[in-house]
Amino acid sequence: MLDNQQTVMKVAILRFPGTNCEFDTQYAFGKLGHQTVLVWHKEESLPTDIDLVVVPGGFSYGDYLRSGSIARFSPIMKAVVEYADKGGKVLGICNGFQILTEAGLLPGALKRNNNLHFISKHQHLKVINNDNPFLNQCSNEEILTIPIAHADGNYYIDDEGLSKLEQNGQILLRYCDENGEREIVNGSVTSIAGICNETKNVFGLMPHPERAMESILGSEDGTKMLQGFEQ
Amino acid sequence: MKAIVNVYLKEGVLDPQGKATRHALESMNFKSVQNVRIGKQIIITLDSEDREAAEKEVKEMCETLLANTVIEDYTIEIV
Repeated sequence: MLDNQQTVMKVAILRFPGTNCEFDTQYAFGKLGHQTVLVWHKEESLPTDIDLVVVPGGFSYGDYLRSGSIARFSPIMKAVVEYADKGGKVLGICNGFQILTEAGLLPGALKRNNNLHFISKHQHLKVINNDNPFLNQCSNEEILTIPIAHADGNYYIDDEGLSKLEQNGQILLRYCDENGEREIVNGSVTSIAGICNETKNVFGLMPHPERAMESILGSEDGTKMLQGFEQ
Repeated sequence: MKAIVNVYLKEGVLDPQGKATRHALESMNFKSVQNVRIGKQIIITLDSEDREAAEKEVKEMCETLLANTVIEDYTIEIV
């Protein structure tokens, strides 16, 4: 919850045909005391005075062709790219991460999980870099438990791209076991679960922090992730 | 005029579907199978008379939408 010192954020949450995590995302930011506004993909501009754009999870356009490949050409995405280019903060969760890589806002690509299965479970994650507006409420090396639910979460980037990510501190999260040892979950390069862009204002991750907001549902570790944006 | 576009994962990018299929073929005793790559074929009907222009246009389609060149290669055949 917010204390009196914190400002209320205005969060724009995008909706494409096939998006299905927009209400969970709305609930999560609402629980933290923030305002949310759902934005249909055919809109050509974002609401004014927003503090964050979230591209939520789901199956935009039924994952046809490639996950996220068609959604990135929706009218609203032009506005999102402009917003990000001006330094605006953008968070892509699951299908949102796929859309942001397809749009070129984040490097690399997400391919089919190595075991070809849709993986849906609670997963341990290790915080690799907290020096950014997203994970600043987490400690480096901290182990979080966040649900994952995806078929195309196998992050790929070539060796050159990977070393750039490492040098710039753009690797945010890796899949790990309960002891923090790297775990191969879906075949991602070096078990990467989340990254950011070079300027650290665009973030993407396959796990769902908005589904980890209530301890009674297994985890509330998503809270401190989303609270990072309040700072 | 039709364009037949084949999109497949780049060499060096693991193709898990191809690998699973190769294992299945091996288990069925098709001993000569060395490698299997799975891609997709996209057939586009074009209203165009100019072969060269059509190929150029389809190449642009591949670069922008049909293939993700971070992980995929493509071939174009105009028929």
